[in-house]
Amino acid sequence: MRIRAQENKGRVDVKILIRHDMESGLRKTENGNLVPAWYIHTLKVEAQGTEVFNAQFGPAVSRDPFVNFRYQGAKGDKLIVTWMDTQNDSRRDEVIVS
Amino acid sequence: MDHQRREVMRFASVFGLMASVGLIAPAKAEAWSRAAFAEKSLDAVFRVLGASGAETSSALTFTAPEIAENGAVVPVVVSSSSSAEQIAILVEKNPNPLAAQFFFTARTESFVAARIKMAETSRVYALVKAGGIWTMAVKEIKVTLGGCGG
Repeated sequence: MRIRAQENKGRVDVKILIRHDMESGLRKTENGNLVPAWYIHTLKVEAQGTEVFNAQFGPAVSRDPFVNFRYQGAKGDKLIVTWMDTQNDSRRDEVIVS
Repeated sequence: MDHQRREVMRFASVFGLMASVGLIAPAKAEAWSRAAFAEKSLDAVFRVLGASGAETSSALTFTAPEIAENGAVVPVVVSSSSSAEQIAILVEKNPNPLAAQFFFTARTESFVAARIKMAETSRVYALVKAGGIWTMAVKEIKVTLGGCGG
């Protein structure tokens, strides 16, 4: 995950970019077989242990999902970003707000 | 010592198994609204969200391109001047209209930017729930190259 979190006047701007194929289950390979659905369904962000953002995705979120949101926070806040996909794969990253 | 270690390993494997067959759900995963994402018509998604009576509102700003050259990556930005609890993005002509939904707290600004896929030219709905009331904005986005198939 690439996470950028910058504070400006009490407001933290968070940009998250995740590497994920986000297979919709509708795409076909060259020999006509359907590629099974496999996509991130939940993305959540905690700031200093409190949830500030929760996103739910369907298969129609683009490959390598990008999300931008803002919350009231401070420099030095510890963000924990977690995603989960439909194959029960997940990833958790931490970043300190600059 | 050895015995203890074996015990720990045994417990670990039992828990591992439970997790793998879904007896222990990963935290928050159950919050994902499978039903809303599985709906195939716009009306059904509105109903599941409880947004059937949503009216257009000037408090809501929905920014998206008028023409998307590539339906696989359509950037959308939704914001509201009222304090949003939830924002949903729906693409009328996608196989499943609900593309994404976002939940906010009192500390989160009523703003989100994301990128969605569009199968074909369609109306796209941005829905905002604030104070328990849904409002919406609609935009027609022309797609020159679809983003769901091939």
